[in-house]
Amino acid sequence: METLLDLNISQLRELLKKGEISSVELTRFYLDRIKRYDNELGSYINITEDIAMDMAKRADARIAKGEEGRLLGVPLGIKDNFCAKEIETTCASQILRGFIPLYDATIIKRLKDEGFVHLGRLNMDEFAMGSSTENSSFQITKNPWNTEYIPGGSSGGSAAATASGLCVASLGTDTGGSIRQPASLCGAVGMKPTYGRVSRYGVIALASSLDQIGPITRNVSDCATLMGIISGYDSMDSTSFNHNVPDYSAYLGRDIKGVRIGIPKEYNIEGIEPDVKKTVDNAISFYEKNGASIVEVSLPHTEYAVAVFYVICTAEASSNLARFDGVKYGLRINGKDIIDMYKKTRRKGFGKEVKRRIILGTYVLSSGYYDAYYRKASQVRTLIRRDFEEAFKRCDIIMTPVSPTTAFKVGEKMKDPLAMYLSDIFTIPVNLAGLPGMSLPCGFNGAGLPIGLQIIGQPLDEARMLQIAYAFETQNNVKKIPDKYRNKD
Amino acid sequence: MKITKDVVEYVAHLVRLELDPDEVGLYTLQIDSILEYMDKLNSVDTKGIEPTSHPMPIECALREDVEQDSFGVDESVQNAPERKGSFFKVPPVIETD
Repeated sequence: METLLDLNISQLRELLKKGEISSVELTRFYLDRIKRYDNELGSYINITEDIAMDMAKRADARIAKGEEGRLLGVPLGIKDNFCAKEIETTCASQILRGFIPLYDATIIKRLKDEGFVHLGRLNMDEFAMGSSTENSSFQITKNPWNTEYIPGGSSGGSAAATASGLCVASLGTDTGGSIRQPASLCGAVGMKPTYGRVSRYGVIALASSLDQIGPITRNVSDCATLMGIISGYDSMDSTSFNHNVPDYSAYLGRDIKGVRIGIPKEYNIEGIEPDVKKTVDNAISFYEKNGASIVEVSLPHTEYAVAVFYVICTAEASSNLARFDGVKYGLRINGKDIIDMYKKTRRKGFGKEVKRRIILGTYVLSSGYYDAYYRKASQVRTLIRRDFEEAFKRCDIIMTPVSPTTAFKVGEKMKDPLAMYLSDIFTIPVNLAGLPGMSLPCGFNGAGLPIGLQIIGQPLDEARMLQIAYAFETQNNVKKIPDKYRNKD
Repeated sequence: MKITKDVVEYVAHLVRLELDPDEVGLYTLQIDSILEYMDKLNSVDTKGIEPTSHPMPIECALREDVEQDSFGVDESVQNAPERKGSFFKVPPVIETD
């Protein structure tokens, strides 16, 4: 059974179609693994076992009738900020405890249309605010490669569960690196698509001009499969692109000769871990040896990206989170009048990081400070976007580390929010520019913690990114799933 | 200091957050250091640069104004922490004394 962990979705689909395994068996296999290992990892905050078994039985019935579906019978884990009908959706926040959505997010609906099995809800930083998943109000998630370390965040549950084989693959969201950074720190493949490529309808918003949904998987093939399913126009999201979705899987295995890879000189910062630099440089050398050309490019406004991001992200978040008021859903703490009720509810319902960002975001939008912070940041955002446009005149894609360091220890950065923010320095500019970015496992540091290569593409160029990632993956056997989560019995 | 405790308390009131004095003190210090960091934006010349509010060029999404199904009243209040029949129930909004 353990070899199931090494099969990709299309291989699993073949087994399911041929009747060599049933969806019920496959789902049971994953549920058993979750029961066995997740006490230690804490990646799931809600295992939807009954729903999963029910979906698996229905998938088996459909398979028996000869029906098709790109995920028919395949069990996936879902970050807890995707609204799913009849499944509690909390964003790992106390304020949404007990909230049962009335409808499916567009992406959940698409997965259902393809026949997926919903294994459970994955842990995250509360409202996706954080880089370590320590801001979850429910539990801390551990890094599968060493449980003294954080898995990254905010999609830390999605990355940890995928990397340790507690689901076939998962979905996450990425506002400043929340798919790519945890994927990198846990040794998984993660894709943040172009802003507008994937509908955000029904995913609880952090910062609406930055948020994007994407897959976290154990291999590039599954990333391509899921991208093909989640991409595409949705009339319910006014920012979604009405643009053809390529057959991403068809690009895997195509030659990469002649690809021009841009290396931004500003990303060679102090504070980058030597093993990270060495491993990423090795990955880039691999491409050079296989016919790619390397071009130095400049992104001169990189050093301002974190400051720009935290103005824009907190401003948008403070507005988005105004809806949590103890009236329509979730927690209510009664008070002497309505204002008092709001204040007490939000005090009890929100965690420290959420409160800090709401206050900061409101401050930077307030009259008298709007021009100095919000407008200024939005102008520098334009310059960051233009930097990439200029760079892409000279190269096809850009490569950088995903994160300047490997995973840090649980608790290490919790007292210093700014140090935590700065750990996202290589991923944040990509969200500000709306570009697609990907994390590809490329090796480990001396202590055995994973390192990710970031591949940044031009708008809607995800197919080429997948093609390039696949070339590395097939010729470099980067280890997936720590030995302790593989039973030989 | 870029920000004072009074301002943090005032903003907390605007965003309907009750804070205890310890939290006000902590947030003032932390937000102050974040704002100080954000000051580096002032060294960038942005004269004549259009702000970006949206990263991708998209056209205004318009559609025909046609009637569509929506949730019924009972469904819409289903998640309310307190309700009375098909209404959201809230504490007094208008002062009575």
